[in-house]
Amino acid sequence: MPGNVRTPCALAVGVCQKDYYALHVFFDNIRENKTAIDILLEKWGTIVHDEQIKTYEQPNIRKVHTPWRYFFRPDRSLMPKSTTPDEDIVTHLVMKVNAEKNGALIFSSGKNLWVFKAAGWPEDVANFYRIEDYKGYLWLAHNRYPTNTSGWWGGAHPFNLLNWSVVHNGEITSYGTNRRYIESFGYKCTMYTDTEVVAYLVDLLVRKHGLSEKLAVRALAPPFWEEIDRMPPKEQELNRAIRLTYGPALMNGPFAICVANENALVGFTDRIKLRPLVSGESGDRLYISSEEAAIRTIDPDVENITMPKAGEPVIGRVYS
Amino acid sequence: MTTVRIDAHRLHYTPLNQKIRAAIADGATEIIIDNVLGQRFIGDGVRGDDVTITVNGVPGGDLGMFMSGPTIIVHGNADHAPGNTMDKGKIIIHGSAGDAVAHSMRGGRVYVRDNIGYRGGIHMKQYMEKRPILVVGGAARAFLGEYMAGGLLIVLGLNGVTPISERGVGSGIHGGEILVRGPVDEQHLGVGAKQTPATEEQKAMIKPIIEDFAKQFNLDPAPLLVSDYTRISPASARPFANKYTWE
Repeated sequence: MPGNVRTPCALAVGVCQKDYYALHVFFDNIRENKTAIDILLEKWGTIVHDEQIKTYEQPNIRKVHTPWRYFFRPDRSLMPKSTTPDEDIVTHLVMKVNAEKNGALIFSSGKNLWVFKAAGWPEDVANFYRIEDYKGYLWLAHNRYPTNTSGWWGGAHPFNLLNWSVVHNGEITSYGTNRRYIESFGYKCTMYTDTEVVAYLVDLLVRKHGLSEKLAVRALAPPFWEEIDRMPPKEQELNRAIRLTYGPALMNGPFAICVANENALVGFTDRIKLRPLVSGESGDRLYISSEEAAIRTIDPDVENITMPKAGEPVIGRVYS
Repeated sequence: MTTVRIDAHRLHYTPLNQKIRAAIADGATEIIIDNVLGQRFIGDGVRGDDVTITVNGVPGGDLGMFMSGPTIIVHGNADHAPGNTMDKGKIIIHGSAGDAVAHSMRGGRVYVRDNIGYRGGIHMKQYMEKRPILVVGGAARAFLGEYMAGGLLIVLGLNGVTPISERGVGSGIHGGEILVRGPVDEQHLGVGAKQTPATEEQKAMIKPIIEDFAKQFNLDPAPLLVSDYTRISPASARPFANKYTWE
């Protein structure tokens, strides 16, 4: 399972925690594995504060990892050639730590964004973290049975990098191609499951290449060539360019995906709609789910239940 | 008539289905289930031609799967695959339904008042007197009647909606037929499907079905009966012969 909560600004050691990257780490063993992470983080910036993430024993969850939280400020001067040094330092740290597999795994690395996950029944995981104690304005939650690889804490959704988090139903059969492509840009796939590649693809396309969310989805789940052939000339040109540029980012196989950052929630399916997705609205709230009943459970007054077209994103934006 | 009322609020589908089966075994002919929200497999495999199950709420997927005989009336939207491999009986949905409606259906009828999702009627089949029917009041999404092997699909496009506006209709169809009210753009047809204007004989064949559909939803059948229909049927009995074998 689950949850991805965006906390409101709260005080931690006297400063607003929104200003720092919150790195959530699963340690196999605090005594064995934590010092190395402390040293690594201090090498690349400042640990403003760190603490054990509060958990509450559940009969059906074996605490195989200790979840830990660091508030971290990267030292920009260490990446002088980058236009986004903070993000590049954090990305580097996530990739390095997770590839080395030395008893530590960074599973959440955003600002004002916290991921909580574990292996167990969704309600047990929610209780394990007492998810009701957190407040947020944008939530992602997920419940899955791993089908192709073993179930483990790191393999639970959401998958996160910086402020992008992803939950996914289905499987990405083009994973091999997508992984080869994304790893050529320096990302490393380390979670033994397909979904993490989506988080990195969205980071590459939206943050690094500056595509809009809509165009990023167009690259990941593009129209068929014969559909492009029927488009007006300008649209044809755009869609051809996206397909040719991002061919190896195209995702095949059955999927329904929700991806979110601090400003937006985006839901989309594969282009031949092999997984369900519905959206609903209630006032200024947007819900996206696999099933209408799930939305109605949270909000019985939901309206405008719709089924998005295959490959076409539903995008909700946060405004204040 | 014996009526049994079940409150499904926060009830898992297993005890819910046990209650339904127990009610039928006790001779109930009318079962009303209130507060349904997401329970899958409602009425799966139940039998009894005189049994009516009313579902108030939004049921989960595979409603009436393998059902043989009863009628299920849904006041709300249904999720994926209502009527999956259904054998006999009727499912009447006062709302819309998700993907793969009437999936592999082998007999009986499914009526959806509004719209259905992708792959409606996928791999419906027929044998001897068993001929499943799916009628959709509004529109159907892409891949309608995919790999269809038998049975009948009717899409009416009521309330001004375009019944078919997406690709792959009848992809791999090798039996059965699809009747759509009004014209269908050739580009929406899938591999193995062909279209012809419906003849008067074919329209006469669907007349009693449309009258029954209209009756269930209190609609006036007259405008539906005078409309022109397009018939989509298999271009051959083996649409993918060249793909897998060489002769």
